[in-house]
Amino acid sequence: MNGLHDMGGMQHYGPVQLEANEPLFHAPWEARAMALTVAMGATGQWNIDQSRSARESLPPREYLNSSYYEIWIRALERLMLARGLVSADELAHGEPLAAAAELKTLKRDSVDAALARGTPADRPVTRPAAFAVGDRVRLRNMQPAGHTRLPRYVRGHVGTIEIVHGVHVYPDTHATIPASDEGHWLYTVRFDARELWGPNADPTVSVSVDAWEPYIERLERA
Amino acid sequence: MDIRVRALETLLSRKGYVEPAALDRIVETYEKEVGPHNGARVVARAWTEPDFKAWLLEDATAAIASMGYSGRQGEHMVALENTPQLHHMVVCTLCSCYPWPVLGLPPVWYKSAPYRSRAVLDPRGVLADFGVTLPADTQIKVWDSTAEVRYLVLPMRPAGTEGWNAGRLAAIVTRDSMIGTGVLEANP
Repeated sequence: MNGLHDMGGMQHYGPVQLEANEPLFHAPWEARAMALTVAMGATGQWNIDQSRSARESLPPREYLNSSYYEIWIRALERLMLARGLVSADELAHGEPLAAAAELKTLKRDSVDAALARGTPADRPVTRPAAFAVGDRVRLRNMQPAGHTRLPRYVRGHVGTIEIVHGVHVYPDTHATIPASDEGHWLYTVRFDARELWGPNADPTVSVSVDAWEPYIERLERA
Repeated sequence: MDIRVRALETLLSRKGYVEPAALDRIVETYEKEVGPHNGARVVARAWTEPDFKAWLLEDATAAIASMGYSGRQGEHMVALENTPQLHHMVVCTLCSCYPWPVLGLPPVWYKSAPYRSRAVLDPRGVLADFGVTLPADTQIKVWDSTAEVRYLVLPMRPAGTEGWNAGRLAAIVTRDSMIGTGVLEANP
């Protein structure tokens, strides 16, 4: 989705603001927000691509004006509402008004193992990679209306395959409801800054982006 | 937000969806145990053990996991070595993807619009915001973490640290140097 979250190359946001001795959390609620999001994610009711999609789908003004963990909480509420895990009334009143769904609750004694395991994105290899390190490729001019991890600033641009990572679950279809678990070959594609930003760009700079095979097309031979 | 989140936690625990003790353990993990000190130990070991460094550059996931750091938001790791000719910088333009097992939770600036928008467009300008100036002929590679691969920068070991053991070295490795927005000094 060509949303506000797709920020690469935007201007006018100003300098990076640094906070000296920045605390991990700026208020106790942020820590609880983080933990709630991780724990609810562990119930398996949605995957990380669906959760990113929910955050991106917040109305632009809300997204831009919310702090980071506010975005998490707003998106968490949407994820749960969409699946009928809570109702709007329950969220408003802060207490159960209807029977709960049967979920796989993350228990305290399982937390360490769950965090150490994570959620690997690799999938079985069932076909050879289309591209190899050194190949010159173009990132497709595609404009998916749903979730994608192909930023606008690289679409249509020519780069070089830098790394072949393996087959990873494809976010564009992993984020749909229901989710697909299809995997595609994942590559790092490197772009010269002048390719992305024009001939006056810094010639010492390159940008490397991780792209799945459906995002990539072979460069036409002249 | 405080009331909203408290109410949400109450609701979700009463519905049996979350266990408060599990939430406490998640918070404790990232407040006390998982943080940049993990990555600093990886870097110090790479500086002092050539075999480990070679392994880290070849298979960072396995090398880092061998030190006990693995899992959520670090399932697929790649280490990027800074040299006098080449400086790496890591960003997630689309959200905030960050290698949690070795660096903990990301700082606000990493997740902010200024960094996300400008790191790929003007990395030298961003480095200037951090007070860092690289030589004009240093190559800069900016890595946009668009997939689940997570990148850890292996900063250059500063001069003046000859003979230091890994523990002493780890103490001078900053979080920002492992993202690529900082460079290191022996006596910071």
